[in-house]
Amino acid sequence: MAEAGADPVRIGMTPVFLDDQVGFLGAWRDYLAQALGRPVEFIQRGSYREIVELMRQDKLHFAWLCGYPYVREQRWMRLLAVPLHQGRPLYRSYLIVPAKDTATSTITELRDRVFAFSDPDSNSGYLYPSYQLSRANTSPANFFRRSFFTYSHKKVVEAVALEVAHGGAVDGYVWDTLARTHPELTGRTRVADRSPPFGFPPFVAGPAASPALFKRMQEILLAMHDDAAGAGFLRQLNLDRFALGTPALYADIERMLRAIGQPGA
Amino acid sequence: MLQFRDISFRYKIPLRATVLVFVTATVLTASLLLREYRDLRRDMLDGSARWSAVLSQTLVTPMLHDDLWRAFEIVRAATSPGGGEQASAITLVDPRLRIYVSTDPARYPILAPLHERGEAAREIASLIDTLSGAESHSVEIGDKLYVITPIDADGVRLGHMILEHTNTFMQSRFAGMWLSATLVTLFVLLLILPVSWFWGRRMAEPLVHLADCIGKVGATIPPPGALQFEDSKDELGQVGRAVERMFDELREKEGLEREMLFSERLAAIGRLTGGIAHEINNPLGGMLNAIGTYRKHGASDPELAARTMSLLERGLLQIRDTVSALLVEAKAPSHPLAPQDIEDVHILLKPEAAKKSARLEWNCELPDEIPLPATLVRQVLINLVLNALQAVEAGGTVACDIGLSAEGMTMVVRNDGRYIEESRLAYLFEPFVGDSNGRHGLGLWITYQIVTELGGHISVQSEPGLTVFAVDLPLGLAVEMESAS
Repeated sequence: MAEAGADPVRIGMTPVFLDDQVGFLGAWRDYLAQALGRPVEFIQRGSYREIVELMRQDKLHFAWLCGYPYVREQRWMRLLAVPLHQGRPLYRSYLIVPAKDTATSTITELRDRVFAFSDPDSNSGYLYPSYQLSRANTSPANFFRRSFFTYSHKKVVEAVALEVAHGGAVDGYVWDTLARTHPELTGRTRVADRSPPFGFPPFVAGPAASPALFKRMQEILLAMHDDAAGAGFLRQLNLDRFALGTPALYADIERMLRAIGQPGA
Repeated sequence: MLQFRDISFRYKIPLRATVLVFVTATVLTASLLLREYRDLRRDMLDGSARWSAVLSQTLVTPMLHDDLWRAFEIVRAATSPGGGEQASAITLVDPRLRIYVSTDPARYPILAPLHERGEAAREIASLIDTLSGAESHSVEIGDKLYVITPIDADGVRLGHMILEHTNTFMQSRFAGMWLSATLVTLFVLLLILPVSWFWGRRMAEPLVHLADCIGKVGATIPPPGALQFEDSKDELGQVGRAVERMFDELREKEGLEREMLFSERLAAIGRLTGGIAHEINNPLGGMLNAIGTYRKHGASDPELAARTMSLLERGLLQIRDTVSALLVEAKAPSHPLAPQDIEDVHILLKPEAAKKSARLEWNCELPDEIPLPATLVRQVLINLVLNALQAVEAGGTVACDIGLSAEGMTMVVRNDGRYIEESRLAYLFEPFVGDSNGRHGLGLWITYQIVTELGGHISVQSEPGLTVFAVDLPLGLAVEMESAS
């Protein structure tokens, strides 16, 4: 049981996964609290940037972030664990279009259309498509008639499904998971293009996490698949298990970041 | 083809009442529905305007921050079932009247100029150009209602929100209203119609009764008390009293006529009796004289006796002639009339005509034997022609036309001799109405009796220069014939 009155462990959650499942999050939080022997709080914010700021201010111990902010902030963030999806710590960025658009196969065919990004700090939902456009010597602002952020991968799928946008960039893992849970939504979209694999959004620790807490948390995550409750949560997350990761996993993201002129701060 | 004006009042009045009730109910219901529809529409627009004002406030921040997705999520929630009660689509436009975002991106794609998106959009775009102030405006274009609400932040116009209502919502609400109103109207009609039918029939009943009673006049006159009506002062009462008065007068007239006929008949009998007495009295006087003379002188004079006997015989024969002429035997046996019978009469009368040096025109068109007693018909014809020959001057003309018509046999005898004065026409067929020649005047009476016995009809027309006797005899009447001949 969690120690009553003890300082809670605060974990920042972002829409790198389907963070709108409130019931699921509550159950997972209780699971972690029991394993840690301390209360656990999940902190959710509208954008990655807000979570990163909270962590910078020591208001979060851990966060599940995209590889892109991790790469940018890796001077003070430590890699805690990386989820394995389909056996590998990798995922892709998907270019999705409305299902009735059967022609588009690359983002460069969407000139002067309306485009939906997920989050300006998302690798799959912004960095990768921007990188592709920069390789074509253009930028989202010049290339599209209009682009906007939904601050959630799931909402990018909605924007494209409802045809508010003619195309969108989305986390492939989120799209695949949605295809299992909400096929009526993903059915109205079509994956037009898939990126090369990138490092899966990792769990990171901030300066506020003590080495003991870091180690304890890491042990819990890495062992989650070994007990029935933990395996159940992983199944719901559409993940295999958590593994130790290395910064090298995110080298491609760093390379793209440099290429579009936004080197790590 | 039955026309409305020919229908009995028994149905006409209830029918009119029904139509009146129906039209009244329909007009009343329609006007109420129209008002209800206007109220409904106004309420909806008012509600929509208030709701738009609230919604536009929540859109200020997303539009100010150019957060397109947030703005979309707000308007989408407002149009999702249960979110906004009636809006079918919401479109946001920027101050340059380009689409900011719409819940219907297919029709209103992002950044497209509003006026390029169809007829309705063009009208809305030009309307927005003329709008000022922060109030909502509603406009109906085609079958849709639009509520246009400005989105202002601190006096700066960020754009407009265009709420689109399809009329289907109004129509379904209105259809419900219409249905219930119609049902209520029908129910009321169901209650009122039997009553109006009943009253209509009650109103028509006296009229129908009156018409029935009046319709009988001619054949009979309804007896006193047959006409029943309410003794009221309205028109029906007036008509009822007038008709009752008319019946009274008719009955009185009928009585008078009957009395007159009776006294006339008595007068005729008087004249007849007088005539008979006169005809018998004349020879009787001569005969009594002869007997007196014989008693005084003739017991020994065989010549006087013989003369007296002869005188008595002639006197008695005259009386017998008179009496036998009065006994018309219509049913005397006879053979069927043939064209030869008519020709016999012609031959018989020729000498008479020659005596008066009158011209006798004879035209008989009987084809064959016809079932009429020859003796009687011949007697009628002889009487008429003899009368005519009597009437004509020397060198005058008597014409005789005998033929068949659809009704039966016709005989027309014309002459251009002395005409019969109107005063005599009325008594012409009575016995002993002698003419100035002093003939006993039984000829026409006998003719009339025969024609009547045969079921026929005799008429006379007379004016200076032309007197026409016409006889029609039906063929259908069964007359004993053949058996005796």
